Amino acid sequence: MEKKEFHIIAETGIHARPATMLVQAASKFSSDINIEFSGKSVNLKSIMGVMSLGVGQGADVTITADGDDAADAVAAISETMTKEGLAE
Amino acid sequence: MVKTIKGIAASDGIATAEAYLLVQPDLSFTKKSISDADAEISRLKDAISTSDDELTKIRDTAKESLGEEEAQVFDAHKMILADPEFTGAVEKEVSDKDVNAEQALHDVSENFISIFEGMTDNPYMQERAADVRDVTKRVMAHLLGVELPNPALIDHQVVIVAHDLTPSDTAQLNKKYVKGFVTDIGGRTAHSAIMARSLELPAVVGTDTITTDVKAGDTVIVDGLSGAAIVDPSDDDIKKYQQKAKDFAEEKAEWEKLKDEASVTADGKHFDIAANIGTPDDLEGVVENGAEGIGLYRTEFLYMQSDSLPTEEDQFKAYKKVLEGMKGKPVVVRTMDIGGDKHLPYLPLPEEMNPFLGYRAIRISLDRQEIFRTQLRALLRASAFGNLRIMFPMIGTLQEFRDAKKVFEEEKANLVKDGVEVSDDIQLGMMMEVPAAAVLADQFAKEVDFFSIGTNDLIQYTMAADRGNEHVSYLYQPYNPSILRLIKHVIESAHKEGKWAGMCGEAAGDNTMLPLLLSMGLDEYSMSATSVLRVRSLMKKLSTKDLATLADRAVNESITNEDNKKLVEEYLNK
Repeated sequence: MEKKEFHIIAETGIHARPATMLVQAASKFSSDINIEFSGKSVNLKSIMGVMSLGVGQGADVTITADGDDAADAVAAISETMTKEGLAE
Repeated sequence: MVKTIKGIAASDGIATAEAYLLVQPDLSFTKKSISDADAEISRLKDAISTSDDELTKIRDTAKESLGEEEAQVFDAHKMILADPEFTGAVEKEVSDKDVNAEQALHDVSENFISIFEGMTDNPYMQERAADVRDVTKRVMAHLLGVELPNPALIDHQVVIVAHDLTPSDTAQLNKKYVKGFVTDIGGRTAHSAIMARSLELPAVVGTDTITTDVKAGDTVIVDGLSGAAIVDPSDDDIKKYQQKAKDFAEEKAEWEKLKDEASVTADGKHFDIAANIGTPDDLEGVVENGAEGIGLYRTEFLYMQSDSLPTEEDQFKAYKKVLEGMKGKPVVVRTMDIGGDKHLPYLPLPEEMNPFLGYRAIRISLDRQEIFRTQLRALLRASAFGNLRIMFPMIGTLQEFRDAKKVFEEEKANLVKDGVEVSDDIQLGMMMEVPAAAVLADQFAKEVDFFSIGTNDLIQYTMAADRGNEHVSYLYQPYNPSILRLIKHVIESAHKEGKWAGMCGEAAGDNTMLPLLLSMGLDEYSMSATSVLRVRSLMKKLSTKDLATLADRAVNESITNEDNKKLVEEYLNK
């Protein structure tokens, strides 16, 4: 299982376009991928799940991936995080 | 059987076509226990897959006819349908609780809607609740076997019949096939009315009953000139209205001839007729209709059409395009007017009891100066490319105007210091829409370069009547002597200090208002581009000499809105 933490710096948190991008990035992989924030964990392939977490600026989130392509998935998600200005 | 339904004439013109009912079907259902969960889930999956196919078709049609941006909302809907947390949860609900798919869908969807709507500090997420609602409706309709209206798929000429039209409804309409609108509710300033005027489609609003008077496929005549819809007309009616449409087209052709003429009265007095715009795309209509300038450039669309605050560079490009397009004619740009009924997904504003009386327009600009300064810098840089005038919205006190002017001067000095070319001749004015400022116009006139009277807000604030609330819509009284006194005072105050006064609200393009405003000596009239030639034509027939005493009578002798309507009508019929 792969695991990585992110500190969210975007002023509006994870919403709108960035959320869509994260879900799209995650959906490309077969691994089970989750995002965890303040004790709640949801499927990162679910737009409704991600948006209902309500991740705001300054939040710490953990991404976990479990499966054959877990390492690649986490790498791709990290890239999206940086590209969308969500985390450094 | 012919039926004539009266309403409010919201947009000129006459159209005859088949009715398209943009009305939501009954989606009510009863909760049932089921014995075969697998069969129920397969029924659900069918409804989801039919919905998804339908959305793909709608998205493709919308992309082609309306553009990428309007089509995106359907991609968002497809994403929700494909979401395992959503559809998976509905399936789980069916099998765990042995309830029918309708009930399960409803419960899961309500749960997400309440989560999203509960995010009160995040308007973007609150709006996503509407997406969930839309998708749920579509799946529910397929479960129940009823048909949803899909305006994006219209492929023949129609008259749209609706209770009301929201911006998202109109965004989905293919303008090629829509010949007119008729709605149950709304007034001349409703979204549907403004939309119809900018598309040059005839519209009748506020009929109360059109959605029950018309069946899909009935022939409907929309008479946007007198404010009536004729359902199931006889051959004679159709002929009569063809003639009326022809007369109107001829009148319009007469107006067309005035395109390159100046706006002058019968006794040779010149006034400026300008146009209101929202984006650089509106320039085409301004030029086509021969406006003598832009009297109101609503910059908030730059902010509303974006995912984040527009950069200085993006704004500069838009302003430059408009200034260059107007080739030296004056362009009055209003700085950001956000708040009230206009929200930005990326700039959460506190929830307010009375948003129109709250944190909006210049009040935000002066508080969040980084946003204001970016806009002013973009405007200053663009000023080198045309005849720029800037006005501040919602000014209520002199201090607010002075503060805004100070920020402007600071940014100007910064740019000059950096060697950036800026115009040295930028007029700074203000919107006249807060009654406190209008009463004190004589003092303001000493410090501003011009006033532009925003009648919609001035009326709403003076009459203390929310302009979006239909229960108090009778208080929208542009000819009420109280409103006319304020307007007259504003114009006279400007003139006393050698300044000019304009108007950029609905009233500036109103036939009944025009004689009154001319009588008061209003200098500039800014309106929808499509009204410019009609007003120019009427102006040509009026003489300021004949009108000399009209304004005095309207503010001193009349008591009611109706008195003044009658006063002007009697004058015009003479």
